[in-house]
Amino acid sequence: MDNRKESFMRAVFICSALTSVLAVALICLFLFANGLPAIREIGLGSFLFGEEWAPNDVPPSFGIFPMILGSIYITGGAVLLGAPVGVLTAVFLSKLCPPGLCRFLQPLVELLAGIPSIVYGFFGIVTIAPLIRFLFDGSGSSILTASILLALMILPTIICITESALNALPSELYDGAAALGASRERIIFAVLLPAAKSGVLAAIVLGIGRAVGETMAVIMVAGNQARAPVGILRGARTLTANIVLEMGYAADLHRGALIGTGVVLFVFILLINLAFSSLQTGDKK
Amino acid sequence: MKKKPWDLFCFALCCLSAFFTFAALLFLIGYIVINGAGYITPSLFAFSYNTENVSLFPALLTTIFMIILSLLISAPIGVFTAIYLVEYAKRGNRFVHIIRITMETLSGIPSIVYGLFGMLFFVIWLGWGFSLLAGTFTISIMILPLIVRTTEESLKATPDSYREGAFGLGAGKLRTVFKVVLPSAASGILAGMILAIGRIAGETAALIYTAGTVAQIPQNLFSSGRTLSVHMYALSSEGLYSGQAYATAVILLITVILLNTLAAIMTKQFKKE
Repeated sequence: MDNRKESFMRAVFICSALTSVLAVALICLFLFANGLPAIREIGLGSFLFGEEWAPNDVPPSFGIFPMILGSIYITGGAVLLGAPVGVLTAVFLSKLCPPGLCRFLQPLVELLAGIPSIVYGFFGIVTIAPLIRFLFDGSGSSILTASILLALMILPTIICITESALNALPSELYDGAAALGASRERIIFAVLLPAAKSGVLAAIVLGIGRAVGETMAVIMVAGNQARAPVGILRGARTLTANIVLEMGYAADLHRGALIGTGVVLFVFILLINLAFSSLQTGDKK
Repeated sequence: MKKKPWDLFCFALCCLSAFFTFAALLFLIGYIVINGAGYITPSLFAFSYNTENVSLFPALLTTIFMIILSLLISAPIGVFTAIYLVEYAKRGNRFVHIIRITMETLSGIPSIVYGLFGMLFFVIWLGWGFSLLAGTFTISIMILPLIVRTTEESLKATPDSYREGAFGLGAGKLRTVFKVVLPSAASGILAGMILAIGRIAGETAALIYTAGTVAQIPQNLFSSGRTLSVHMYALSSEGLYSGQAYATAVILLITVILLNTLAAIMTKQFKKE
């Protein structure tokens, strides 16, 4: 009797564990089955590298190259601004911060991660965009605005992973360098950070993943013009924004092209995840 | 010992970065709460939405429905998955490796891709239409990795002596897991659930094309409804009701702060045990 119950529940646990595998399989299946036919019809080359996105023209053109560039520019800006600040903040929290202050600051990092992206977007509209408008004229909705906002949003990801990479280092590294007479700052920058290199890189890669996938906040501040970016003070549209903005009314090939945009995004993210996990296992070796 | 200028520079750089990070966070919270608090009026909580009162009450209710339903689905699945991974699976099992990879994949997928999938699968293929149910299922998959990870960590933190003690008293594996391991890991697991609630409340992109954007209280599982975040997006993109958008932002922010505090307290409780 008891034995039957044991094996029954065991089966239940295994089935639950299978759910995630099933979910990933279904996501792949449905995205590819709906996106690939449209990509084939448009032609992979003219879909990925087409310079023009004009779904309502006759004949329509579906080139997502401007959006790919938009995603790359905005993400690049966000990482340039966010990565140094994030890594240095992690150094501060893990090595320099007095413990009392640290207990107070640590939950704030989690709070930074917990704030909904829509609230970030709104914050961008009411503060960063007017600031950019004030400093540089123009509409305020620009690549720069989106990059600044995204830099803030990827901070918690970068801080958390860098911090745990730093904390995982054996204390002999620090003690050894200290015994040789190095100062605390020198130890951190000349010994600890190089030792945690792949952890720090993994943090930045995951930050890139977050930035590429971010949707709502970017839509609210990036301007969303579907043309190749012409400067960091002008607007641009990302892959994610393209989907949300047009999915509501798209039909037929247009709809297929948007799902195709999702496929491209999905493959981007898979590659980034792959890089992330190979960096992480690289650290363990 | 006097510090060298270079050391001092590095130290200052780190402090400055940390200052930037936390100042930005506090400025964000302060700015939105101070500017938005004035827009919270009783009419925002009117029972039904119309363009006159722009009530967020239906959205609030939808959000609560969505949270309860999603947790009903993904809490058991997530906890059971974690139990399998920690208590049952053998080390180096190939199946476990596959599950870990899928979990990593799931936690990296952007929410808009979940939204697309939910629309293609639940809304169109299963024919549920824009509905509470389609939104719920989409978001349940999304929060699954979070629940599995936090549960796993709590289970792993439970000392092995508990398990050995239970086995020694003659309890079976199942009994040990449910009567000894799970109760001792409960507060850690709960902290994970609370973080998941925060994720659900804050999600927008995955819900626009699954749960839809109807601003009324959903009548049943198959009717559309917008959560607070979707409500806020709709308001700010219409551009007519920035005051109400502010108020919604304040409510969302306060909810997230409360949930995070609660989760932190739970985790501390867990570590004390």
